[in-house]
Amino acid sequence: MEELGWILLEALIKALVIFTLILLAAATLVYIERKFSAFIQNRIGPNRAGPKGLLQPFADVLKLFMKEDIVPDAANKNLHRLAPIISLGVAIAVYAVIPLGSSFELAGRTIYMGVAPNVNIGILFILAMTSVGVYGITLAGWSSNNKYSLLGGLRSSAQMISYELSMGLAIMGVIMVSGSLNLNDIVIHQSGWKWNVLLQPLGFIIFLVSAFAETNRTPFDLPEAEPELVGGYNTEYTGMKFGMFFLAEYGNMATSSALIATLYLGGWQLPFNPEWVGLQEGSVWLALAQFASIVIKILLLSCFFIWVRWTVPRFRYDQLMNLGWRVLLPLALLNVIATGAVMFLI
Amino acid sequence: MSLTFIFFTVLAILAIASAIVTITARNPVISALSLVFHFFMLAGLYLTLNAQFIAAIQILVYAGAIMVLVIFVIMLLNLGDEEKLKEKFNLRKVIAVLLASVLIIQFFLIYLLTRSGKIEIAENTAKLSTVQSIGQVLFSEYLLPFEAIGLLLLAAIIGAIVLAKRKLT
Amino acid sequence: MFSELQLGSSLILISFFAITIVIVDALFQKNKTVGFSYALFGFILTAVASAINLYQAPSLIIPLNSENLITKGMIVFGGYSSFFDILFCMGAILTMFASREYLKREYHEYTEFYSLLIFSVSGMMFIGHANNMLMIFVGIELMSIPFYILAGFIRTNFKSIEASLKYFLLGSFATGFLLYGIAMIYGATGSLGFTEISKSIASGINSTTILVIGIGLIIVGLSFKVAAFPFHQWAPDVYHGSPTIVTGFMSTAGKAAAILAFMIIARNLMPEKIVSGKFNFDTHTLQNIIAWISAGTMLVGNITALVQKNVKRMLAYSSVAHAGYLLMGIVANSQLGWQGITFYATAYLFMQIGAFVIVGLIERGEENNLNIEDYAGLSKSHPMLAAMMAMFMLSLAGIPPMAGFFGKYYLFAAAIKSGFTWLTIVAVIATIISMYFYISLIIQMYFKDRTEKELEIKTGLGLISLIICTIGVLLFGVFPSLLLDLTRQCFQLLG
Repeated sequence: MEELGWILLEALIKALVIFTLILLAAATLVYIERKFSAFIQNRIGPNRAGPKGLLQPFADVLKLFMKEDIVPDAANKNLHRLAPIISLGVAIAVYAVIPLGSSFELAGRTIYMGVAPNVNIGILFILAMTSVGVYGITLAGWSSNNKYSLLGGLRSSAQMISYELSMGLAIMGVIMVSGSLNLNDIVIHQSGWKWNVLLQPLGFIIFLVSAFAETNRTPFDLPEAEPELVGGYNTEYTGMKFGMFFLAEYGNMATSSALIATLYLGGWQLPFNPEWVGLQEGSVWLALAQFASIVIKILLLSCFFIWVRWTVPRFRYDQLMNLGWRVLLPLALLNVIATGAVMFLI
Repeated sequence: MSLTFIFFTVLAILAIASAIVTITARNPVISALSLVFHFFMLAGLYLTLNAQFIAAIQILVYAGAIMVLVIFVIMLLNLGDEEKLKEKFNLRKVIAVLLASVLIIQFFLIYLLTRSGKIEIAENTAKLSTVQSIGQVLFSEYLLPFEAIGLLLLAAIIGAIVLAKRKLT
Repeated sequence: MFSELQLGSSLILISFFAITIVIVDALFQKNKTVGFSYALFGFILTAVASAINLYQAPSLIIPLNSENLITKGMIVFGGYSSFFDILFCMGAILTMFASREYLKREYHEYTEFYSLLIFSVSGMMFIGHANNMLMIFVGIELMSIPFYILAGFIRTNFKSIEASLKYFLLGSFATGFLLYGIAMIYGATGSLGFTEISKSIASGINSTTILVIGIGLIIVGLSFKVAAFPFHQWAPDVYHGSPTIVTGFMSTAGKAAAILAFMIIARNLMPEKIVSGKFNFDTHTLQNIIAWISAGTMLVGNITALVQKNVKRMLAYSSVAHAGYLLMGIVANSQLGWQGITFYATAYLFMQIGAFVIVGLIERGEENNLNIEDYAGLSKSHPMLAAMMAMFMLSLAGIPPMAGFFGKYYLFAAAIKSGFTWLTIVAVIATIISMYFYISLIIQMYFKDRTEKELEIKTGLGLISLIICTIGVLLFGVFPSLLLDLTRQCFQLLG
């Protein structure tokens, strides 16, 4: 019974830490996005709140909290309230299986970095969660009782369903190479610079493009295309509910980056042998170094997301569907076949 | 009281509750959503049985794919609240009660037979539900049906294209 | 003795063509003749491969030490499975020839029609080869799903859409029953393979209740699929609403495949010798139940066909009745009965497809020229067509020397021999009822004059299938022993 208590406590602490980290990451990303976009557009960007505008995200959040929460009269109130919760919840839930470092020993217990990085269905869990993420946006669109919202919601669900296929098939290649659905195993398999991006270059590109579509980021941000749909699925959202969608977007970005890093870029692997700098296997310091490694990867990938957003124009809807079904899906299938053939021959 | 038992009880109660909401809710979207919730609870129950693969597939296929389509249709048809069905003796209810009682009888039958030792519970069910074991059986013993199902899915895709083709030549 | 690959070549070929025709369609989108010829070539090649298999292995081969095989004992080879392979391909070829002109006329020539045809035939062939409940189930689904779509192929016609939807809903319902039954039988016997199932039924099992529930559910599911009474209601609507050539194919090859599935399952669930002991399951009861279904199907089908004015609908109802005749072979549960099924299915394929091809030729647009009056004076305007139609009608009615007569004869004989004289009497009464409407169509064609202006009929390639059907009906009617010798071999077991 005591053991049980420890397990629960450990899981709880981990969940809290990860939850806080994601919120912090979202805040950081908001700041980075504003600064980065300003840089690209030759502006200064936020510079009033705090030194170099560092407190800007907190000011934003404060503003969202103070705003009046407006729910449209004809909306379905309960679903309207539920939708942002689903969106944000799903974005955070994926982190449960992402390994943020190898295990370390503490007070006689082996502690894994991450809530449950060693489940043997890690990838399936991620796919399941992303497929559930559709609900948040669809429900937001429908429950607002607004035609633009509904169009945005429908677009986004069609888009997410379409790109889930190529995403899943791209992951297939990774699973074939590493022979496991366990994300920790996949990371361990990539040790010593055997990153999957080198083994699966085509799969990496397909996954990257699909990840952009899955997170509804430019160039695939049709669900909230301002010129056509006012604000898309979140037109009728104000205050902190809008804030939750906002957080979910950045949370999703962080999640996708973490997934790309884990699946293709070596995850928490350090880019050098840790014994060179005297880090022992199983020590807390090594775990922290690995954690830093994946966080840097996530941040760099997120910057890539932002960079793309401010440089690439938005796709048209038919172009989006054509790309998904006629280019990415056949390529992903080809990738699976080619991977299988190569593995069979070697 | 083991951890599994606590999880099982909570999940089972929530599953039954959400199933009841599914059939009693007057708003079809609420009904569909509680069915999604029900699927999640079922997936949780599978997890307590150590069947992770089936749990993940349950969410992936039912909650993530099929119910999304259902909700799509409900939303696009813009269904209003269902009118309260007239409380009359109709055939549908009789059949429903009959089928439900068949299920209950079956349940008790199997329970009693298991208690009396007439039916043995297979030993390696837990082992069989991991991805690896399913994959091994699927690609060796059941290879041919697997390939045939591949054909079946291709036929279904072509059928969907035929039915949705826009132009009539 | 033979390699597995060689004996499975027909399945491999049909699957290969099913997959590649999609690519061929995509490459030659403009030229529909390419898709047509490719599909036709595929069917002919598969039929030839099956014929070679049948020649090499005229008796059924059930793989015993299946661990070394790729197919793991999931399928049987040679014998009746090869015979039915040829039959299904034949049905598809006849349909293909007739479909070209028909689809062009109805402005719906999509090459997908041909690929769906190949898919459904591959499903039928999986049924024929099945040695496992799972294969039967997958085969039935692979056959049915293309059927659902083919039924609604003319999307602008509401009748066609209705047929498709009805077929889909009821078909899925039936699939549910079937699957539930299979699960129960698996629970009772602990296996999905037929060899193991019949072995464990013969040696006695513990949980009789579960087995009986399972068998009951399977019978319900299969009765749906073969459109047997009391689950036949979908058939007339679906057969009437679907495009005529599709109806011809569904009601012959599709029905033959469903009956084959029924036969394979019943054969294994009704072993001749049961070691009694803790098990009190009775083969005779099962036979009686199927006999009642068969009798009801024959009577209901023929009596309702009697009042139909629409020829297509009349043929649809009569097709229900023919399912009843075919079930008699399963009731007999003997080699003679199975031979009778094989013979009758072959004869029925030729006569029914022939009749539907002619109906399709005379039909115009949506629901025109389908009534029995529209056939008046056909003998004067198109003596060839009228003569062929008359032949098919006589064969359907079971009048010698047409193939239909011998088919019925063998089935009746098998039922009597197994002690089901009452069923045979019912069947004879049903046949006599059916004479009325078959002959009345002949009377219309030969002894009535047409009041409206004459029809222009372009047979096109359909003529080929009509000629093949006529030859088939006559050949097996005059020389039944050709087919009978073959079928006798087909049901002999080889270790």
